[in-house]
Amino acid sequence: MDNLDATFAALADPTRRAILARLAKGEATVLQLAKPFSMTQPAISQHLKVLEEAGLIVSRVEGAKRPRRLAKSGIDALDQWLAMLHRAMERNYDRLDEVLAVMEGKKKGEGR
Amino acid sequence: MSKLTLKTEGDTHVVCTRRFTAPPEAVYRAHLEPALIQKWLLGPDGWTMPVCLIEAKPGGKFRYEWKNAAKGQQFYLTGELLELQPYSKIVHVERMFLPEQTPDNHVETTFEPNGNGTLMTIRMTLPDEKTRGAMLSTGMQRGMEASYVRLEGMI
Repeated sequence: MDNLDATFAALADPTRRAILARLAKGEATVLQLAKPFSMTQPAISQHLKVLEEAGLIVSRVEGAKRPRRLAKSGIDALDQWLAMLHRAMERNYDRLDEVLAVMEGKKKGEGR
Repeated sequence: MSKLTLKTEGDTHVVCTRRFTAPPEAVYRAHLEPALIQKWLLGPDGWTMPVCLIEAKPGGKFRYEWKNAAKGQQFYLTGELLELQPYSKIVHVERMFLPEQTPDNHVETTFEPNGNGTLMTIRMTLPDEKTRGAMLSTGMQRGMEASYVRLEGMI
């Protein structure tokens, strides 16, 4: 339960959500992560620390590198926000169905 | 039953498809006429669109403003129409102000006759991978409450 707050705090930052989206494509080192984000390595490391403490990502040691990958809860969090966007869009298009039904109904009415 | 598909493509694209049981002309109009847009382009429950301005011509500008009265929140979006092919294609560029400005999202929407209805395909192109990740996550920001409930149910 304590982890729930950490999860939301971690996800509250757009850069951290974007890092999760990048890691969804596979493991990456700090250097690889820093590149597309045009941020310094220390700044990225700070974000990674927050994500790791929230249990969203895990790291392993490979020589001097520590590649990160998504943890199970990180995958769930990503799935969840895509599902959220999906739901918001579905809500829009369900409403559009109704708007279209009214438009088509009017057209038929005029033809009479 | 979900008729909507939403997927990422390459590093910078998001592609969405949806079928409608109305002809392309109606679906196309519902994307360009303010009185129609204000009825459906609202996102999660609780949001309204008090301002919807569109110059429906190539090069025309548009501005949408959303408001959630209960939460005291609001944000807006501006954009330009780049190409209009009645009733088959709309190409535009848009960005949100939350209030900080998001990078431009280039959007190509096509409307094809499909059986007794229309297949709509939206292809979004973001400037880079980071931007796409951030954009996909805005669904999360606005659905935070629902998310909380869902997470609690999972744990």
